[in-house]
Amino acid sequence: MTDAVVEEAITRAHREAWARVVGALARRFGDLDIAEESAAEAFAVAVERWPADGVPANPQAWLTMTANRKAIDRIRRESKRDDKQREAQMLSDHPADPLGVVDDDRLRLVFTCCHPALAPQARVALTLRLVAGLTVPEIAHAFLVRETTMAQRITRAKGKIKAARIPFRVPTQADLRDRLGAVLAVVYLVFNEGYLASGRDHDPVRVELTDEAIRLGRLLRTLLPDEGEVTGLLALMLLTDARRRARVSVTGELVTLDAQDRGAWDGALIAEGHALVRERLAAVARGGERPGRYQILAAINAVHTDAFDARDTDWSQVVALYDQLVVVDPSPVVRLNRAIAVAELDGPEVGLALVDRLGDALADYHAFHATRADLLRRLGRSAQSRAAYDRAIELAGNAAERAYLARRRDQLAR
Amino acid sequence: MPRYMLSVWEPAERARFGGYAGKEEMLQAFADTGAFNEKLEREGYFVFADGLEQATTATVVDGLGDEVVISDGPYAESKEFIGGFWVIEAPDLDVALRLAAEGSKACRGKVEVRPFQTEESFKALLES
Repeated sequence: MTDAVVEEAITRAHREAWARVVGALARRFGDLDIAEESAAEAFAVAVERWPADGVPANPQAWLTMTANRKAIDRIRRESKRDDKQREAQMLSDHPADPLGVVDDDRLRLVFTCCHPALAPQARVALTLRLVAGLTVPEIAHAFLVRETTMAQRITRAKGKIKAARIPFRVPTQADLRDRLGAVLAVVYLVFNEGYLASGRDHDPVRVELTDEAIRLGRLLRTLLPDEGEVTGLLALMLLTDARRRARVSVTGELVTLDAQDRGAWDGALIAEGHALVRERLAAVARGGERPGRYQILAAINAVHTDAFDARDTDWSQVVALYDQLVVVDPSPVVRLNRAIAVAELDGPEVGLALVDRLGDALADYHAFHATRADLLRRLGRSAQSRAAYDRAIELAGNAAERAYLARRRDQLAR
Repeated sequence: MPRYMLSVWEPAERARFGGYAGKEEMLQAFADTGAFNEKLEREGYFVFADGLEQATTATVVDGLGDEVVISDGPYAESKEFIGGFWVIEAPDLDVALRLAAEGSKACRGKVEVRPFQTEESFKALLES
C-alpha cells in the first residue's frame, strides 16, 4: 500500500469516524476527557501502524476498539490509586437511554457540546473539537485566539460538563426544539465566521470553516432527517456556499449579489439546495409545521439562485418571504434585509424610509450604513451617501467588504 | 445522587414588601414557594431550603491574621446578593435546571444553579 493511499484512508476515517468513536466512548465511560484523549490516541496508533499493517477492513471498528483499549488502560492506571468506582463504571455500559428520541452517540455528543448551560463560545469550541475533530491549534487559529486560551476554554467547558453533570443524552421530545435551536446556532455561527470572516487579517472567505459547518449540517440531517430546520439550515448553507467563487473578485473585493458572475456559481450545490428547499415546501404543503427561520432563509436564497440574471430576480417573492421571516424573527437585522428587498420592488425611497427607522438599533452595524449609502446614492443624495459609506467602512471587519465599499464611495462625484 | 445549590439573587436592600410589587404579590410568592418546597419533598429532591435576611445584615470575619478582624458586610461589592436558597438532590443538570426554573417562577427571583463537590471531585483534588 502506498503512503498516499494510507494517508487518504486515515483522512477519510478521521472525517467519518471521529465523532462516532468519541461518542461511543463518551457513552461507555461517561467522561468526555477520556473519550477525546483515547480517540486521539487511537488515530495516532493508526498513523503509526496502518502504513506497515495495511488499512483494516473496517477502519471505524478498528479505531473504536483501539480507543476502547486505550481508555481502559488509562482508567486502570488511574484506578490503581483510586477506588473501585471507576472500575465499575468501566464495566457497566450505560443503559440505553429510554427517554431519548433518537439513539445515536454522535447526536448525544452534539447536544452535550451545545448544552445551553455552556457559554456560546465554549459550545462552538467543543463542537469543533469533539464532533468535527479539529485540533485545538486549528480551532484557536480559526477564532483568532491563542492556543493556550482555546485549550483552557475547552478544558473548562469539559470540567463544567463533568462537575455539573450535564447529561450525555439526546433531549426528550418536549425539549428537542429548544435544544436543537442552540445546536443549529452553533453550526450557522461556524459557517458565517467562514463565509464573512470578521478578522481584518484573514482571507475574506475561510473555506475550512464553511466546509466544516456544511459537514456538521449534513451530519445533523442524517441524524434528524425529519426536523425541518435541520434541512433548512443545510439548504441555506449550500445555497450560500454555491456563490462562494463569485463572491470575491480577483482583486480581493467583495462582489455583491447583483454583480456576481452567475456562471461561476456551483451548479451542483445549487441543485442540492433547491431539492432540499422543495422537500421542505412539500412537507409544509402536506400540513407540516410552519417553516422556521432557516427554512425561510433557504427559500429566499433559492429565489436568488433561481435567476440566471440578477434582473430576473422575483423580488415580490423575496419580500413575501421576508414578511414571513419578520413574524418568526422580528430582529432589526431581519427588518434591514427586508427593507433591501422592498427597495428592489418599490424603489429606493420606500426602502430608505424603512431603513431609517432602524437607525437606533443598528447604529453600530456596518451593513446598516452600507445599505443606507447605496440607497442614498441611488437617490442622488451624494453627500449623505458618502458619509454613510465612511461610517460603513469604519465598522466593517472584512477586508473584501471594505475594498468594495471604498470603491463605491470613491465613485461618487465630489 | 449529585447535589445542587439553587440560590436566589436579589438587590442588596429590599424595598417595601421584600421587593415584591405589593403585599398581595408577596403573599402569593410565599405561597407559591411553599408549594414548590412541598413538591420538592414529595418527589424526593429536597435537602434543605431557607431564606436569608437582607445582605446589609451580614458581617465579615477575617481569621487569617494574628488578630481576628471583624467588619460590616457583605463581603463582595455587588448590586445583587443571595437572598435564599435550596439544596436539592437531582440525577443531572437538566433536572436541576428544570426545577430551578420552577423555583424561579415561584419566588419571583433569578436562580443560580451550582453543583456541590462530590466525593469523586474531592478525591481528584486530594490526588492533584
